[in-house]
Amino acid sequence: MTQRIRLAALVAAATTIPAVLSGCAASAGSTTDSHKLSVVGFSVLKTANEPVMADFQKTSAGKDVTFSTSYGASGDQSRAVIGGLPADEVHLSLEPDVSKIVDAGLIDSSWNQTPTKGILTDSEVVFLVRKGNPLGIKSWDDLTKPGVKIITPNPASSGSAKWNILAAWAHVSGQGGTDAQAQTFVDKVLHNVVALPGSGSDALSSFVAGNGDVLLAYENDSIAARAAGDDVDYIVPDDTLLIQNPVALTKNASSAAKDFLKFQLSTAGQTDYAKAGFRPVVSGITVDVPGANDPSNPFPAVKTQFTIDKTFGGWDTANTKFFDETHGIITKMIAGLHVGS
Amino acid sequence: MTTAVLGQDTRSVGRGRPGVHSTLTRGSSVGLGLAMIWFSLLVLIPLAAIVVTAGQHGWSGYVDTLKNPQTWAAIRLTVTQSLLVTLVNVVMGTLIAWVLVRDRFWGRGILDVLIDIPFAMPTIVAGLVLLGLYGPKSPLGINVANQRTSVTLALAFVTLPFIVRTVQPVLAELDTDVEEAAASLGAKRATILRRLVLPSLVPAIAAGAALSFARAISEYGSLVLLSGMLPYKTEVVSVRVYSFVEGGDQTAAAALATIMLAVALFVIVALDIIQRTVARRG
Repeated sequence: MTQRIRLAALVAAATTIPAVLSGCAASAGSTTDSHKLSVVGFSVLKTANEPVMADFQKTSAGKDVTFSTSYGASGDQSRAVIGGLPADEVHLSLEPDVSKIVDAGLIDSSWNQTPTKGILTDSEVVFLVRKGNPLGIKSWDDLTKPGVKIITPNPASSGSAKWNILAAWAHVSGQGGTDAQAQTFVDKVLHNVVALPGSGSDALSSFVAGNGDVLLAYENDSIAARAAGDDVDYIVPDDTLLIQNPVALTKNASSAAKDFLKFQLSTAGQTDYAKAGFRPVVSGITVDVPGANDPSNPFPAVKTQFTIDKTFGGWDTANTKFFDETHGIITKMIAGLHVGS
Repeated sequence: MTTAVLGQDTRSVGRGRPGVHSTLTRGSSVGLGLAMIWFSLLVLIPLAAIVVTAGQHGWSGYVDTLKNPQTWAAIRLTVTQSLLVTLVNVVMGTLIAWVLVRDRFWGRGILDVLIDIPFAMPTIVAGLVLLGLYGPKSPLGINVANQRTSVTLALAFVTLPFIVRTVQPVLAELDTDVEEAAASLGAKRATILRRLVLPSLVPAIAAGAALSFARAISEYGSLVLLSGMLPYKTEVVSVRVYSFVEGGDQTAAAALATIMLAVALFVIVALDIIQRTVARRG
């Protein structure tokens, strides 16, 4: 008798588990209700998006729209959407994170054929330093001075950190230097790196808590940190890399998502993003930005502007050349830093 | 791990009645069924999935993962630091438990509550606190940020409560009459501790040590801000696994996870053997 009951319990377990598991597999893609909108974004957008959404809801197209949002590290968000997190719009830190979702079949491959080439927000790679810039850091070359303690997130675990390292590389290669010269320079910078936190936000927390002299950071993060009252300054070097954050709608995105994206790219939407520290991707935006070095002229033009397309031939090429897990130039350089220590 | 747990279960169910298959009643059968479903959903199936993913490239997947010197350095660092911290916990945890149970002093109640703080705190907050206290802005003048010591410190912080909390109740239940009797018969304090008290505490210490070690080898959050996560220097296994996941190499991530599971299992079994040996001798 008891034997049979135990068997029954096991059979029950065996049949329940697959049923439960299949029930858990949420359908990927969009929410069906046209007035509901799921936005999946990278961490810092949490505060930046709030006014954009509020202002969108004030327009006729957005007045009945409700949002559900999810924010986190760009790579994690990309994996989450592939894993079934409902999304009408994804707004991520760098193109490869969108490409992964395209490869999974959830975003159309023509996503970047828009007037802004699929980019919603821009920023620059800058140096975040202690208040008053005690070490007098002005240019990339200053980062190689002995004793300068640099923090940058690890490009192996943080996709957004790739912008920082590529900016250092571009300082040489973008101004006529050879790859060998660029490698020597980046190696010098990396030898001054004292911490490689897992993500951009961890790196910022670590720096604000007192770790290091210079943080390789995004301009928008630096502006936000200063606006929040952190005791830091930031330096925009004369030559640096343009950070371009892509946006894409999923294949089944609601019509509200299309309206929202149109609003995000409008003067009103871009003004809201500018206030949060992002460089606008459309011209004609003038706004005071609290936290910027000069709030009335928040985004001075960079003298020598490198871009991922012009300087590196696009993300596909750059990712393989620099960040391939075994053969990437940067991967190998970082792995070699403390061998034997 | 699975087989060990199941093996123990059957033994305890059939204990003292060899040959009888089961003592399950109708009610306890339902209980066992529910327990197994819950345990399977939360532990067995995910674990099996990891092992299966890791095994996709056969043994070569494991070998390739282990052959990577950066990964190997991370494993070495994680295991040695976890063992070190567990050893420290065995001594300090038992001492703290002793003080809390046997001594009466002002603030004992508060200390008793505060012990759990490392459990209750989100680990990233723990990292922030440690960085404030032992980083470049340290009010104590101690700066271990981005040094190997920071890993020891962070692991010691998050694993502190385990042995305290496993030893405390056992110590509280321990009858002091026996110790007093031994003392009245002329036994020295050290002898009483060694022959009477410690043997009864060993199972609890071993259980706490196993938890402490398992927690230490998987730690991530508290190390994020303090350790600098420098390859070959302060990079632990969990950071390595995260890098593999971020790089899209699920197989390597799963292989490394499986290797750490094996390490944890090995240490837990070793602790159990030590515990049994000591308990038998005592």
